[in-house]
Amino acid sequence: MAHVELRELRRSFGAVTALQGINLSLETGEFVSLLGPSGCGKTTALRLVAGFDRPDSGSIVVDGKDITGVSPNQRDMGMVFQAYSLFPNMTAEQNVEYGLKIRKQPKDGRRTRVRELLELVGLADAGKRYPYQLSGGMQQRVALARALAIEPSVLLLDEPLSALDAKVRVQLREEIRRIQLELGITTIYVTHDQEEALSISDRVAVMYGGKIEQVGAPAEMYGSPATPFVAEFIGTMNRLIATVGGDGTIDYGGLPLRVDAARGLPRGERVLCLVRPETVDIVLANGVTLESGVSGEVISSTFLGSTTRVRVMDEKGERMLTADLSTVEAAALTVGAKVVASFPPDSPRLLSLADEPAFPVLDPDGQ
Amino acid sequence: MRRPRISLSAVVWLLVGAAYFMIPLLATFLFSVRDAQTGKCCSLGAYGVILHDPEFWTTIRLSFRLALETIVISLLLFVPTIYWVHLRLPRLRPVIGFMALIPFVVPPIILVVGLLGFFKDTLHAPFWYLGNPNYFLVTAYVILAFPYVFFSLDAGFRAIDVHTLTEASQSLGASWRTTLLRVILPNIKVAALSGAFLTLAIVMGEFTIATLSAFHTFPTYIQYINETQAYPAAAVSLMSFGITWAAMLSLLLIGRRRRVGAAVTIAEVGH
Repeated sequence: MAHVELRELRRSFGAVTALQGINLSLETGEFVSLLGPSGCGKTTALRLVAGFDRPDSGSIVVDGKDITGVSPNQRDMGMVFQAYSLFPNMTAEQNVEYGLKIRKQPKDGRRTRVRELLELVGLADAGKRYPYQLSGGMQQRVALARALAIEPSVLLLDEPLSALDAKVRVQLREEIRRIQLELGITTIYVTHDQEEALSISDRVAVMYGGKIEQVGAPAEMYGSPATPFVAEFIGTMNRLIATVGGDGTIDYGGLPLRVDAARGLPRGERVLCLVRPETVDIVLANGVTLESGVSGEVISSTFLGSTTRVRVMDEKGERMLTADLSTVEAAALTVGAKVVASFPPDSPRLLSLADEPAFPVLDPDGQ
Repeated sequence: MRRPRISLSAVVWLLVGAAYFMIPLLATFLFSVRDAQTGKCCSLGAYGVILHDPEFWTTIRLSFRLALETIVISLLLFVPTIYWVHLRLPRLRPVIGFMALIPFVVPPIILVVGLLGFFKDTLHAPFWYLGNPNYFLVTAYVILAFPYVFFSLDAGFRAIDVHTLTEASQSLGASWRTTLLRVILPNIKVAALSGAFLTLAIVMGEFTIATLSAFHTFPTYIQYINETQAYPAAAVSLMSFGITWAAMLSLLLIGRRRRVGAAVTIAEVGH
């Protein structure tokens, strides 16, 4: 039996439908991220689970019990908020102790628990400080300790790192995962940051327009996106709108490209061919002709540290491929160099566009 | 670190401002310490007259009691109301803000005539209500203090994230009452104190409603002294000012204590 189940949750705000009947199950100790752009309904879903809002229909079940009508203070769920939510009139210790006091736990037990939790989040020495004496990262650690103090059955995190700077964000997300694994607590994590979701979750649910588009393990989401939206949202992707040709090929604007996944598909069907930039290879033309590839010239080269993102456009300016190459490899590929870009035929994924006649053409960064 | 230099013009304007406020007080003080017989300086006789007058103590006690009752009722009434408006009914905030302006616009003389007419003729309120300052006057003072209490509390609530604090408290198992008492109230303490002291100042100085409804409070006592005794009148005016000033100073000190705390730089502890 699943620990937490969201069943057909629907919620509208006036004419705006925030959730269109989402279903999601979490096993005990599982870390699931709700990932999606602003307005996709992920925070609404989390607030329904927390009890701060009521669904129009559907139910929330924890350990087989329907808790949809239960008030938030009776749900036994700890929550960390996007905004700094520490009580400004209390020290870090008092903040962590608050939930235990509400539960009328004995003083000695409370003190011990507070100490343990502050140690767990690496703030053993900051207990006497008020929130205004703590940095943003420290405040969110205390908020996490406070949420964990009540030993909730489910931990809810609503974009807890979004207000922090990049370095602290990476550090703290790893700590959140470490603590979650250590305590084995079932966790729902809301974020719009795909890297964050992919790096710490057992499973990721990508949401769009009030629906869950796909749920799966991070590697599965990255490698096998089930819908054009997921493909567009997760990671950087070359999106080639093409038609299925014959014998394991696709027709990309008149250029035949070998794609194994095209075998068996009806000839002439519109498809979205998804190619990860890290699978694309670029060689200097120098008279090289490849059976399957885009010939053209380098139009941009962006240094990203250990890798360099190189864009190749054909002579007509109609077909483009982006490759992430090692910086050493990319050194020779200066802007204007004549090159050929190709990818292994078994690497792309094809999605049918038969039902999506007006699929937009975006650049590979999804911008 | 070098202190920033204060320009000469700033000092001049500061002195002009200080003089504007201090000269009348100084003049009143000098007048209050004149001898009642000779009219010359210096005697504390006028203060003695006031302090030995039992009516002074009776009226000041009454006014203080009325002020405290007004403060308690106002806070009990408005803290939960404004909390709820901020949390659940934000669209009502401008409406309440507009209503709060009415006591500013309506002169006290109109207010008291209206209130007396309403309670006597419309509600047929009994004499024990109309004839007791603890009931009728406090009702009028709560209305009179409404704008001060509302705008102070409103500013206090706007300064905190009411939604997040409430939800954080509830997610930890707290009821509405516990959330209000342990989380919200301590964080709007300064705003509540500000409203309370303004109310205190208003009630301690309110003359029109008290006199028209025939109650003898501290302001009506000051008026009586003003009409009958020159030097004690100056003394009692200064004492009245001192009371208000002390109330404001205590508010300032409480506010400053919190601000000093908030201004602590955390550079050495930041991760």
